[in-house]
Amino acid sequence: MSAIEIHDLHKSFGTTIALDGLDLVVQPGQIAGFLGPNGSGKSTTIRVLLGLLRPDSGTVRLLDGDPWSDAVALHRRLAYVPGDVSLWPNLTGGEAIDLMGRLHGGLDPARRAELLQRFELDPSKKARTYSKGNRQKVALVAALACDAELLVLDEPTSGLDPLMEAVFTEYLREAKAAGQSVLLSSHIMSEVEKVCDTVTIIRSGRAVESGTLADLRHLTRSSVTAVVDGDAGSLATLPGVHDLVTTVDASGTRVAFDVDNDDMSPVLTALGTMGVLTFTANPPSLEELFLRHYGDELAAAGVPEPTASASARAPETNDTGDEAAR
Amino acid sequence: MTTLVERGPAPTAPPARLADELAGTWLLLRFMLRRDRVRLGVWTASVVGLWLYVAVEFTAMYAEPAARAERATLMRTPASVLMTGPGYGLDDYTIGAMCANEMVLWIVICLSVMSILEVVRHTRAEEESSRSELVRAAVVGRHAPAFAAMALVVVANLVIAALSALVLVTVGHLAVFDTVVMVGGSALTVLVFAAVAVVACQLTAHARGASGLAVGVLGLMALVRGAGDMRREHGSALSWASPIAWTQQTRAFVDVRAWPLVLPVVAVVVLVVVAVVLAGHRDFGAGMFADRRGRASAHQALRSPLALAWRQQRTALAWWTLGTVLMWLATGTYVKDVGPVLEDMVAQNPVIGQVIGEKDMTDAYVSLIMLYAALAAVGYGISAVLRARAEEAAGRTEYVLAGPVGRGRWLSAQLVVAGAGAGALMVAEGLALGTGAYLVGAHDPSLGTYALAAVVYLPAVAVVLGVAAALLGWMPRWTGASWAFLVLAFVVGMFGDAFHLPDAVQHVSPLRWVPRVPVEDVSWLPVAGLCVVAAVLFAGAFAGFRRRDIPVV
Repeated sequence: MSAIEIHDLHKSFGTTIALDGLDLVVQPGQIAGFLGPNGSGKSTTIRVLLGLLRPDSGTVRLLDGDPWSDAVALHRRLAYVPGDVSLWPNLTGGEAIDLMGRLHGGLDPARRAELLQRFELDPSKKARTYSKGNRQKVALVAALACDAELLVLDEPTSGLDPLMEAVFTEYLREAKAAGQSVLLSSHIMSEVEKVCDTVTIIRSGRAVESGTLADLRHLTRSSVTAVVDGDAGSLATLPGVHDLVTTVDASGTRVAFDVDNDDMSPVLTALGTMGVLTFTANPPSLEELFLRHYGDELAAAGVPEPTASASARAPETNDTGDEAAR
Repeated sequence: MTTLVERGPAPTAPPARLADELAGTWLLLRFMLRRDRVRLGVWTASVVGLWLYVAVEFTAMYAEPAARAERATLMRTPASVLMTGPGYGLDDYTIGAMCANEMVLWIVICLSVMSILEVVRHTRAEEESSRSELVRAAVVGRHAPAFAAMALVVVANLVIAALSALVLVTVGHLAVFDTVVMVGGSALTVLVFAAVAVVACQLTAHARGASGLAVGVLGLMALVRGAGDMRREHGSALSWASPIAWTQQTRAFVDVRAWPLVLPVVAVVVLVVVAVVLAGHRDFGAGMFADRRGRASAHQALRSPLALAWRQQRTALAWWTLGTVLMWLATGTYVKDVGPVLEDMVAQNPVIGQVIGEKDMTDAYVSLIMLYAALAAVGYGISAVLRARAEEAAGRTEYVLAGPVGRGRWLSAQLVVAGAGAGALMVAEGLALGTGAYLVGAHDPSLGTYALAAVVYLPAVAVVLGVAAALLGWMPRWTGASWAFLVLAFVVGMFGDAFHLPDAVQHVSPLRWVPRVPVEDVSWLPVAGLCVVAAVLFAGAFAGFRRRDIPVV
């Protein structure tokens, strides 16, 4: 039995096709990353899984039930964190957490207190005064405090600072150790890499890659730029080095290339012999990965190749909750 | 618990130049006008339309001096004074004096609410949503948004005053100077409350708090004016404490004087200076009062969608109940005097008889007020059902439904609170009207009759809520169209017979089918019919809500 099993799922809104034959499987006890750029259909998929949207066609199984017709029974066994958490403006964070917990049949007060402390959340402030990050913490505390078989998390870290992200990652590992299954949607590759057992990459409503992290190793390259004293020509012959660009100027030889993470060691050794003046290595952003994999397709469609500097790694902040909450 | 926040910038900060503080005001004003062109257009049309209606109605109904004298008699009762003005010109109650005495209070309240909402919307609400962070980061001075918002309400009120004066002079044939003093004075008084809103925006950190504070001041000033005028004809010293009196004391169309209008001008200047000083002592996004803290954990009772819906709506229901109960209580005190007065008026002018109906005048008056009460209950009910739609649009419905909560359970929680609230409001309104009558010794009709007259409206109220619910279930984007039903019910109820509207139109209004107790006896067939229609609509609403996508935005 799989925790989640989606096959050939289609969903459109009017003329907009949101999901176009999606496949997604989450095995029980695993953390599954669900990766894709904005507007690729992640939230639509999650809403179908929650029985909020009715699929046009395809099969969807959730904890061995039908998400549409068995919604209430299934929801007793799962906890959800929305991508854009909107809370009741006149309730405090603590009240919202208790309400959600009680709807689930009660939560453990000790666990609640521990989560509040670890996430540094003040539960006595009215929700309308919370920032996006704090609203997200409220939803995370509510979800992690109840004893669910499955956690459905829609971009749960998009408003959190790095410290809180680390706390969150810790709790995810704890959840896995306790045997919970997790669906974690994100648009940040590095976040998924840290905790996930499997990854499904979605684009335009369709799964374009899926497998274990080892299967997808070819997607995890780092971008390296360095300025060296000596001759950098030998780099091109090393395995795992891609897209090498060399420019020579007064300050030295500037090299820029991508390298498969598994082949990093010999590359560093080689660089060491060249007299390194400056060195930076960045994990590739999801956008770069997509461009690398689908650049041909984009070029065919007349989309110009963007420069590497145009890729943004900042988390998205589609903060529309404020206005709607009023 | 509210505490004063520590003062903002360090005292050594050099004072900014005024020109810098106001940079960008003109651009912001144009942007606000552009953003609110529809909203302000509707307000303008409504207020000018009201003046037009008044000019036509008063002229048609009160052509005879005897009819005007009857109305003047009615205006001398304390309850009338509370709800109109200081009573200048009652001895020779001309159309102009009627306008000045009876309309100015309501026009000022109406336009003040508009101006307060506009000011808060463009200053504190923008700041709270952090949109104005974006604006203020551009070449825009600290005080520019507040000054632009103030300029916006000045422009809006001037345009409304000019058009109102035009209508009154051309259609109502009123004296030009008196008309200008009346509508101009009203506009100046309105600007005082707009300036109060600017100050309120500096005090509280939240838009709702700021508009609540300013509207509260408006309500208090309306009461102060009423209390002052009830103490002595033509007002006492207490009246002058209220800006509303300042324009009423110009005695337009009786013995006009313009000097009281200096007072609102001075008040606006003082309030704006206070606001500027306060703004200089606070940080962006903060208020002078710190935020109140709430409970760290929820009350035992907050454990179901029903408890949540009640928690969301109880404040609004309390305010609606308080407002309508006070209004009908005051209206009820008329019941004793109204019968004979109305009978004389109908004898003078059959048009009035068509609006009221020509049976026992006391009963006719009670049933007419009960129709108003039903319209208020319908208005509350629609706004309550629309809260459910707002929950969905904000994404909170989705969040609750992702828990073990069925769609039917969520929707019934919302509709039960809306429906029970509207029903309770209707009954409370009926009893308030009856209690008001009892207090002044009018014991016929009995309190039980008032209760019955209110209760027979409940199925009709349920039908309108059913329409709103069905829209929510099947065409959620169109839920707001339920307001059209209220407008229809109002027009049919008020003017259906007088304007000879076709039956096909009149019968669409559910309120039309309700037996007019105490004028008519209760006939249970239409009541039962309305119950069936309501049941069908609610069943349809659930069927639609169970099968559609959520959220539809």
